[in-house]
Amino acid sequence: MKYFKILTVLLSVVLILVSGIVSAGTLENVKKKGFVQVGVNQGLFGFASADEKGEWKGLDVDTARAISCAVFGTPDKLKFIPLSAQTRFTALQSGEIDVLCRNATRTLARESQLGLNFVTVNYYDGQGFMVPKSLGLKSAKELSGATVCVLQGTTTEQNAADYFKKNGMAWKPVVVESTPAIQQAFFSGRCDCMTSDASQLAGLRTAAPKPGDYMLLPEIISKEPLAPAVRHGDDQWYDVVNFSVLAMIQAEEYGITSKNVDDMLKSEDPEIKRFLGVTPGNGEALGLDEKFAYNIVKHVGNYGEVFDRNVGPATPLAIERGLNALWTNGGLMYAPPFK
Amino acid sequence: MFDFIDRSIMQKDHQSEPIWTNSTFRSTVYQIAAISIVALTAYYLFTNTTANLAKQSIATGFGFLSRESSFEIGESMISFSSSDTYLKALAVGALNTVKVSFIGIILTVALGIIVGIARLSTNWLVSRIAAVYIEVLQDIPVLLQLFFWYTIFNNVMPSPRQAMIPFNGMVLCNRGAYFAIPADHPAFTWMGYAIVIACILIFFIRKWAKKRQERTGQIFPIFTVSSLLIIVLPLVAWFVMGAPTEMNMPVLKGFNFEGGYNVSPEFGSLLLGLVLYTSAFVAEIVRAGIQSISKGQREAAESLGLRPIFVMNLVILPQALRVIIPPLTSQLLNLTKNSSLAVAIGYPDFVSISNTTISQTGQAIEGVALIMIMYLTISLLTSFFMNWYNDKMALVER
Repeated sequence: MKYFKILTVLLSVVLILVSGIVSAGTLENVKKKGFVQVGVNQGLFGFASADEKGEWKGLDVDTARAISCAVFGTPDKLKFIPLSAQTRFTALQSGEIDVLCRNATRTLARESQLGLNFVTVNYYDGQGFMVPKSLGLKSAKELSGATVCVLQGTTTEQNAADYFKKNGMAWKPVVVESTPAIQQAFFSGRCDCMTSDASQLAGLRTAAPKPGDYMLLPEIISKEPLAPAVRHGDDQWYDVVNFSVLAMIQAEEYGITSKNVDDMLKSEDPEIKRFLGVTPGNGEALGLDEKFAYNIVKHVGNYGEVFDRNVGPATPLAIERGLNALWTNGGLMYAPPFK
Repeated sequence: MFDFIDRSIMQKDHQSEPIWTNSTFRSTVYQIAAISIVALTAYYLFTNTTANLAKQSIATGFGFLSRESSFEIGESMISFSSSDTYLKALAVGALNTVKVSFIGIILTVALGIIVGIARLSTNWLVSRIAAVYIEVLQDIPVLLQLFFWYTIFNNVMPSPRQAMIPFNGMVLCNRGAYFAIPADHPAFTWMGYAIVIACILIFFIRKWAKKRQERTGQIFPIFTVSSLLIIVLPLVAWFVMGAPTEMNMPVLKGFNFEGGYNVSPEFGSLLLGLVLYTSAFVAEIVRAGIQSISKGQREAAESLGLRPIFVMNLVILPQALRVIIPPLTSQLLNLTKNSSLAVAIGYPDFVSISNTTISQTGQAIEGVALIMIMYLTISLLTSFFMNWYNDKMALVER
């Protein structure tokens, strides 16, 4: 497994070595080959995981489907490439994938040094702590001296180190690479506490022998704006991906859902007419079909539908909208005008 | 590299033939051509990579090594905190790799020799047990064995609050094994010196004893004397310095035990998995080596009236070692390289630290290069040492 990972990294490196610049004209390339290559998580319930029929599901997967709808008008012109946390950026840099939808946190270093650009955030997350209820903890400030299970290859290790340092607490990390191994270690009591993005913790808790025995501590110790990413220097492709995400958010604000979108075509509201392409202009500006937003909402749904379907209160993850609510409802989801 | 074999035959026509049909000249040209192609390819790959990375505005170079690492490491032989540099973090990882490989190699060789000899035992039960050990452990992938031991550690051991205390000074729980160690005292430094002095003394006594035996035939009880020296000298130092008896005991504080020496479950299961797996191969190599010595050697030694232990130590093993050492070297190298599986069970070895470094800095090429350089260095050093040992052990033809 380890060798396989190193091999993938090496292969990606070799790809960089021998391939020329592939960034120019991604939209043209994608249209020519007939599908979008998307880098996704190898398996994170609610964000990207393959179900028993081998079909990919999740919030990141639906984001990718929206991009497919924008370019091709159907949600299935996709090739999913599962990537580990270590190989994801290399895969994007080397041109192995066209877009990365893999719960990646937007940070300064990544945007400036890794040669990639993050588009609009599709999920606002934050790092939290999960502990067994039997420890009787009320706050993360009581974790001094704790052994903490950390999943490798993310900003998690750094955030945890910063948090414990800031609060003058001693701690001991146990850093494990794979999700199943860290679950096994944590649920068998190797660590007092596990830290990761709150959404991931919610997912991991569902795998516990008795999920009710574990709880999340109230502290959220970091900002984790998760966003799809594209390569530096291809602004046209950046716009396509960016407005695919924004279209889902805007649709929710207009109250357009996958169910009523056909009725909405008859709407007299000039904004909605522009949005759905009844009044042309937006599509041409992006180099897409005029009906790109219609196709996204029709086949994938608006952001609220996508959220509820994958991670919302009715799913095993049972995550509330919180920061991910529309700005009109006190959240951070906000789209610029579609005109 | 050059082909000189045919020179004497070519000598007589050497004046008359044109230079391009001369075999020495030809082979030189071919080799220069081959080297140039390799060098040019390397140059092309290097410049192309640098140019591509620059165009995609990806940071390159090893400048990140001096930046603050800002992550913590679970276990470390030197003091480390998140405000230290990436370079120091990688050094911690390298030391952890060396630690597990070094201890692993010693235990593997010891266990491998014991099992290998047991496999050849005339005692049916002993030889069967050794056979089962070898067959079972050889046939299960080492990664699975690591997971197995790690799961066992985690699930069988109780939590720190219900820790098992077999005797005062030892604690077993799912945070690992804790041992009481003597509290800091200058006497222990002197005991260290005493051990070094004992080793030097033993070295010279052995030399002298061998010479004396060659001269007079008398056998000096070298093993007894060596054991006495290595025990008595440090003890003397301990008494002279005031015989400190204070112990640093593991005590439950908050979440975990503090004090004492901690063997973490990650280190423990990694070491156990690597040693058990590799020693099965070493045992087979030892058996092959011993069996390669013809039966006559043993019979001759026995007919001289040597005791079985001397037959093994003086006649069989010195000859068998020539067969054993080369494949043994490659198994020891395997152990070192397999230690990179540590990341799967959370031991902070060099690969694990490099992975964190790669994902935090995004500089995969440099990170992978460092991993390759690190393992190449360790492997070359190991094989350099083993080749030296092999030369020393090789049969001296008279």
